[in-house]
Amino acid sequence: MQLSPTAYTFTFAAGVCLVCSILVSTAAVGLRDMQERNRLLNRRQNVLAAAGLIEPGERPMAEEVDVIFDERIVEMAVDMTTGEELPDVDPADYDREAMLRDSDQHRRVSRNPAGVSRIPDHVIIYYVFDEDGVDDGEREFIVFPIEGDGLWSTLYGYLALEADIQTVRGITFHDHEETPGLGGEVDNPSWQARWEGRKVFDEDWEPILEVTQSDVGPPEEDPHRVDGLSGATITARGVHNMIRFWMGDEGFGPVLERLREEEGVIDDA
Amino acid sequence: MPKLLSRKERETLLDPLFNNNPIALQVLGICSALAVTVRMDMALIMCLAVTCVMTISNVAVSILRHGIPSHIRVIVQLTIIASLVIITDQILEAFVYEISQELSVFVGLIITNCIIMGRAEAFAMQNGPVLSALDGFGNALGYSVILMGVAFFRELFGMGTLFNVPVLHTVADGGWYPTNGLMVLAPAAFFIIGFFIWAIREWKPEQVEAE
Repeated sequence: MQLSPTAYTFTFAAGVCLVCSILVSTAAVGLRDMQERNRLLNRRQNVLAAAGLIEPGERPMAEEVDVIFDERIVEMAVDMTTGEELPDVDPADYDREAMLRDSDQHRRVSRNPAGVSRIPDHVIIYYVFDEDGVDDGEREFIVFPIEGDGLWSTLYGYLALEADIQTVRGITFHDHEETPGLGGEVDNPSWQARWEGRKVFDEDWEPILEVTQSDVGPPEEDPHRVDGLSGATITARGVHNMIRFWMGDEGFGPVLERLREEEGVIDDA
Repeated sequence: MPKLLSRKERETLLDPLFNNNPIALQVLGICSALAVTVRMDMALIMCLAVTCVMTISNVAVSILRHGIPSHIRVIVQLTIIASLVIITDQILEAFVYEISQELSVFVGLIITNCIIMGRAEAFAMQNGPVLSALDGFGNALGYSVILMGVAFFRELFGMGTLFNVPVLHTVADGGWYPTNGLMVLAPAAFFIIGFFIWAIREWKPEQVEAE
């Protein structure tokens, strides 16, 4: 049977589309598991780097990361309104994006400099235990996920505090699209190292840690300030804003308060 | 010694390197040359991606060239290229996750890279699969030579490193080299490409357009 030119054109187009879509979907489905493993590994590496359990810039293999996670880290969902732990929520099933889509599972927050508009009801935080492990050891660090606007993109990262719920242990970013070499220097280990030992809060537990463009002394002399990034004022400002937001009342405030009580760093009175 | 490639095949493969370089002579594909040449590892992955896409798309278009109805040929070429780019993006995300995150949208933008469309339309539609493969591969090499060259200068002077290995000891790390902030911005690639074009035309004066 001879096709008319128009019918031939449609048949050809349909054929090309069919073949292409089969190839594309095969690739997407076939590679999905690997991609998700990569994403999880990347997040976990960043949690470890924020907590100082691996050197900044070090990229251990998945097996090694999993071992450290099993031995020293408890992933815990927390309620962002009450601050309480939610041990019944399985961190493996946690889907932040889904919560942000469902209006019953997040709350909106007022306009803020960090550009955060919605906060999921539950957030996973990480308790890092000392070398005696999760069963026998003491809680040593707590790692909080943070996010906020930079210059071009939203930065996603982790902030680790020591058990005094005051001193910064480390900060990392696992996802952003800032200018490489300028704002992208938030990934630079030597910049991240400047955060260690800084204090986030004042005596009333208000977050006052500041990212500044002026000269900053060592943490003992200048506990509440961190040197910014040269050539990346807006990205550095973004990091500043997101620390202020997430460490404040609208962010992890209730969680921080519970942790302070548990760690005995404030009087109950 | 028997020749591996005929004269025409050799020319198809090697001409795009310097004699008819897609970036330096035809000034195509500049957009990605600006975006991904901050670091050599990023540029290398981008070059590999473009090489795969351009070679395979040229072969696919060449095989289909007698069957493609002429009034939908451009959209057919684009569908083939777009599919290949999406597959490449998926593969990068599965195997070199971190670099794929940094390349982000620019892998997707290979779809709009004028060199690839240009070769499919100008060469693969008229030539057989073997010659088209060589043409695609050769043009990708020409693109890669420029990209890697630009990335070499930008990374070395912008960050003091090559493939992330420190070469110049930067002031930020307590050394002597003050990094050049211009080099990490897109305009630096313009300047460097300009110097490359100048150098190539000094070497091959026949590329200079008549006044």
